[in-house]
Amino acid sequence: MKFGVIVFPGSNCDHDAYHVISKHVGQPVDFIWHKETDLSAYDAVIIPGGFSYGDYLRAGALARFSPVMKAVKDFAAQGKFVFGICNGFQILCEAGLLPGALIRNAGLHFISKHVTIRTENEYTPYTNELKEGSVLSIPVAHAEGNYTCDDDTFQALEENNQIVFRYCDETGEVTDESNPNGARSNIAGICNLDRNVLGMMPHPERACEELLGSNDGRNIFRSLTASIAAASN
Amino acid sequence: MKAKVFVTLKPSVLDPQGKAIHHSAEQLGFQQITDVRQGKYFELALDESVNETEARAAAERIAADVLANPVIEDYRVEIVQ
Repeated sequence: MKFGVIVFPGSNCDHDAYHVISKHVGQPVDFIWHKETDLSAYDAVIIPGGFSYGDYLRAGALARFSPVMKAVKDFAAQGKFVFGICNGFQILCEAGLLPGALIRNAGLHFISKHVTIRTENEYTPYTNELKEGSVLSIPVAHAEGNYTCDDDTFQALEENNQIVFRYCDETGEVTDESNPNGARSNIAGICNLDRNVLGMMPHPERACEELLGSNDGRNIFRSLTASIAAASN
Repeated sequence: MKAKVFVTLKPSVLDPQGKAIHHSAEQLGFQQITDVRQGKYFELALDESVNETEARAAAERIAADVLANPVIEDYRVEIVQ
């Protein structure tokens, strides 16, 4: 089993992801520079948070044109795992690997704090160690995390159970007050139809150590590791 | 030749930045403004080998693929000599 963490100019959560995979997941992991075009050595790639290309034009818009993204599209089409966190989620939406878009937070502020999210679908490769309704405490750090999509897309997301996480209060209630950024229907994370591509705004890689306030993020990495092991059997 | 590209948020997409700008305009004393929507403006300079039809086609393609995100934005192209 091998993980890759893609590094764009301006990525800044790449080392956090690398640290979690090597130390807590305990699996081999490489940094992959965005000029790379061959991902055949990997079972899963993480597109980390940060400000790829300085967020020029729109968050994630220019990263889509990096050479590695063509390889990421092929990789996803093969059913391998692509996990976009924060800026990674924005990039996956811009690249068309996930539907919708992430726009400026409704309150305009950059938000950096711990939030609680509810697991909406336990039947994905990223949540199989969780139960539907499980509440995770995970930090967010973004200015453009306000998920938006048209009505048809939203209906399709609901019908196909592609909404994986929603912002909620500490008891698991999905409320307006617990929505930090104005995201449609409190959406914090979605997957593609095939379930192998996940994008989420909260940072599970920053929630893998009790010292940092929460280790709830480990559940997601544990689920992914179990899925990779199952897929390679 | 120049291609001007105007990118605007779709009417259905909320524009919190436009709202904040609206508020600032009101602070300046303009109370008659009913709405502000923020957009983006690009100028693409093209060399002399390109005719107007080609310039428009190129600008439309660049606008659709890069300058605008069709999920949230519309665009309009103008060609000027």
